[in-house]
Amino acid sequence: MKDQVVLRVMTKLLVPFMLVFGCYVIAHGELGPGGGFQGGVILAAGFILYGIVYGKPELHRVVPRRVVDALAGMGVLLYAGVGVWTMLLGGRFLDYSVLPAVDYGAAEALGMVLVEYGVGITVCTVMITVYDMISEEGRS
Amino acid sequence: MNSVLLIDMVLLGLAVIVAIGVISVRSLLGAVMLGGIYSLLMALIWQNMNAVDVAFTEASVGAGISTVLLVGTLLHTRRDTNQSPAIHWPALFAVVLTGSFLIYGTLDMPAYGDPNAPIHTGRVKELLGQHVGKVDREGNHHPWKYGSIAEQSVPTDEPVHSYPPPRTHAGDDHAAAAGAHGHPEDDFKGHSPNTVTSLLAAYRGYDTMFETAVIFTAGMAMVLLLRRREEDA
Repeated sequence: MKDQVVLRVMTKLLVPFMLVFGCYVIAHGELGPGGGFQGGVILAAGFILYGIVYGKPELHRVVPRRVVDALAGMGVLLYAGVGVWTMLLGGRFLDYSVLPAVDYGAAEALGMVLVEYGVGITVCTVMITVYDMISEEGRS
Repeated sequence: MNSVLLIDMVLLGLAVIVAIGVISVRSLLGAVMLGGIYSLLMALIWQNMNAVDVAFTEASVGAGISTVLLVGTLLHTRRDTNQSPAIHWPALFAVVLTGSFLIYGTLDMPAYGDPNAPIHTGRVKELLGQHVGKVDREGNHHPWKYGSIAEQSVPTDEPVHSYPPPRTHAGDDHAAAAGAHGHPEDDFKGHSPNTVTSLLAAYRGYDTMFETAVIFTAGMAMVLLLRRREEDA
């Protein structure tokens, strides 16, 4: 699809908005509808659209496989790391109320936000990986 | 007729038509596209039931990513099925039987939106009365301790929060106490008005963590099974 001018231009126009919207959905998970999972999927949809229109090599230039693989692990690590952090602060595993914040509610929100970031990163990168593997060319 | 019910009936009718189209169409690409349309209709139905988070997930995962992944799979196969769809009687029997049991099971459920349903009169009241790990009106933080849920008493002077939340206008004392959007003040002092996220990320944090681990494992399994070594460079 590299010779489709309309597709190429529209993709270049749309992808930034999709990425911003995905980040918005992840970051506002505890305030509005959505959360890490939905935001991660929207982010991945942006990257996958880019990969479909511009080709896999271009997608690999933008997000190298090493980065995608590493981030998939980083998301889970961030989630579990918040749990370990709360244990180091004297609470239970994933007991956000001990996190440093102005008050108890803000501590809970901080924990939720960090955890949602972890979910979003993992979901986004795994979706990109699944697309990457499924659309492998030269394989029958 | 209730307009919400009317919209629901139209959307559900369309969803049934699309579902029949999915299994009867011969073009695989057409089936994938109809599947995406089905997910979009379901997202509208969830939205109509005020389940915004479910609708969001259905739209992004069902209509978005699943369709893309199925189209990617289509690249490796032919565009059409090689056999015309035929009715497989044992399969139809199994499906109809399971569906009848499920519908029979729903007969015991309270009516949709019934304010007197047990979830609104019993369980939610109990949850709102529970103060483990929460801050009460005086700002005291109740840390978790074993058996603390069983020990504490359910306050009886609290008003029962009905669903849908009662319409209140600005300036109303009850609206101020209940926080934004008519939610109970259970939402971590207003820091997390989205109850779904606070349920998934805080109350059921372990659950969500292992769901994330499952997604991670699925991705790693695909990498290990399908990626060729010479491409790693």
